[in-house]
Amino acid sequence: MIKTDILIIGAGPTGLFTVFEAGLLQLKCHLIDSLPMPGGQCAEIYPKKPIYDIPSHPEILAGDLVKNLEQQIAPFQPGYTLGESAVSIEKTAENEFIVTTDKGTQHQAPVVAIAGGLGTFEPRKPPLKRLDFFEDKGVSYIIKEPEMYRDKKVVIAGGGDSALDWTIFLENVAASVTLIHRRNEFRGALDSVEKVQHLKNEGRIQLITPAEVTTLEGESKLTSISVNKEGEILKIDCDHFIPLFGLTPKLGPIANWGLEIEKNAIKVDNTLDYQTNIPGIYAIGDVNTYPGKLKLILCGFHEATLMCQSAFKKIHPEKRNVLKYTTVSGVSGFDGSLKQAAKSTIKTIE
Amino acid sequence: MPQDITIYLTDREGELHTLIAPTDMQMNLMEICKAYELPVEGTCGGMAMCASCQCYVESDHPLPERSDDEEAMLSEAFYVEENSRLGCQIQMTDAIDGLKIRLAPSE
Ligand SMILES: Cc1cc2nc3c(=O)[nH]c(=O)nc-3n(C[C@H](O)[C@H](O)[C@H](O)COP(=O)(O)OP(=O)(O)OC[C@H]3O[C@@H](n4cnc5c(N)ncnc54)[C@H](O)[C@@H]3O)c2cc1C
Ligand code: FES
Repeated sequence: MIKTDILIIGAGPTGLFTVFEAGLLQLKCHLIDSLPMPGGQCAEIYPKKPIYDIPSHPEILAGDLVKNLEQQIAPFQPGYTLGESAVSIEKTAENEFIVTTDKGTQHQAPVVAIAGGLGTFEPRKPPLKRLDFFEDKGVSYIIKEPEMYRDKKVVIAGGGDSALDWTIFLENVAASVTLIHRRNEFRGALDSVEKVQHLKNEGRIQLITPAEVTTLEGESKLTSISVNKEGEILKIDCDHFIPLFGLTPKLGPIANWGLEIEKNAIKVDNTLDYQTNIPGIYAIGDVNTYPGKLKLILCGFHEATLMCQSAFKKIHPEKRNVLKYTTVSGVSGFDGSLKQAAKSTIKTIE
Repeated sequence: MPQDITIYLTDREGELHTLIAPTDMQMNLMEICKAYELPVEGTCGGMAMCASCQCYVESDHPLPERSDDEEAMLSEAFYVEENSRLGCQIQMTDAIDGLKIRLAPSE
């Protein structure tokens, strides 16, 4: 069981900055994120794009914003559970929360901060009949263990980088690889596009474009798919079908935690501390809603700051606390580091 | 003073909405939908990267051609028809006054 003071669900910019504000109050944090890396939308959707409305940064790349945040919070030694989704929450007799992930990792804390943004990023699934039925019976959306495909017949659908990259990779592993895309143009790194062209020229893969998968066939597991290529129906025998159409965020299991949901977001008390209808559970950043809500990074930072003050009172009801300036008090990390403004020198002039 | 234009939108339940859109606010159709609190996510913020703003154009207004990015995204979107467009790629201009559109199913 991982124990901490504030358990943060979501390691986007809001979740990351929470670690800093909590650290100033000597509270320890642990972050859970379903993505394999921190950064939320900034890391998953637009790492190479500039942001122009972060106060005092006339321009900053989303990826750099995340890197800077990670550096800023490092002294407070946050724990990370990455690549796992928080799926359930329960209350203990001592009024703490236990949050469990899809992989069974358990976390316990007196305060939970949901900074889940637009939700967990899940694979976009094409609207094909029996697709759900064939999941784990030949259909998968993420390639976890490439060895699974050794000497198998694989069909990949998609026109972006992951479809191209996995086609190139699996060509070495699988018995055969067929790539299907709705048009002849691919949106991906030039290098990958050229490699796939080369594999096609050499007859090492099958490329079927412009074409669309129309049906999945098989009794207990997938045995073939049918493809519509400009009006002509082709049947392709295969063991695996991997549609790679990118990821899309879905609020997911959090929606069933008994929290008040409005417009696909969690309702909070914005006049006070962004607490939800369940005392001890806060919602900050893009995941919350209140009158006048704006889904902006700077608003997430503000919400995180107020929320930490409230969490401190909840965790240490007996302690009094006042706001301190980092310039004056410095930043003492849990790693023993101390950042401090230089002291003024006082010397006599004779 | 630039005039507002009118967009006629049919939502996923078949209900008709009349949207009044300004032409001087640099807004696109996805943003107009969000401003009217219609169920259009606009997940990618309008970069033609998510297709959550896909709609079908049902009138014959002269629309700017699909850009390469829009073509690419539509080729990976679902429920795509001949008249599919990404709302975020359609700017509000006088030329599209009276445009009729229908929201594509959400994924
Ligand atoms: C293209 C684009 C451009 C943008 N430009 C700007 C801009 O210029 N300025 C600006 O201020 N904002 C901009 N934004 C918005 C900004 O990115 C968001 O406001 C910000 O990312 C919100 O941060 P967050 O930490 O609240 O949520 P997110 O960044 O969404 O992070 C939430 C994290 O929570 C995780 N998560 C959710 N549920 C679970 C769960 N159950 N278990 C585990 N993990 C979970 C997700 O995987 C995700 O990593 C832009 C957004 C996009 C898409
Ligand atoms: S908003 Fe994402 S494609 Fe239009």
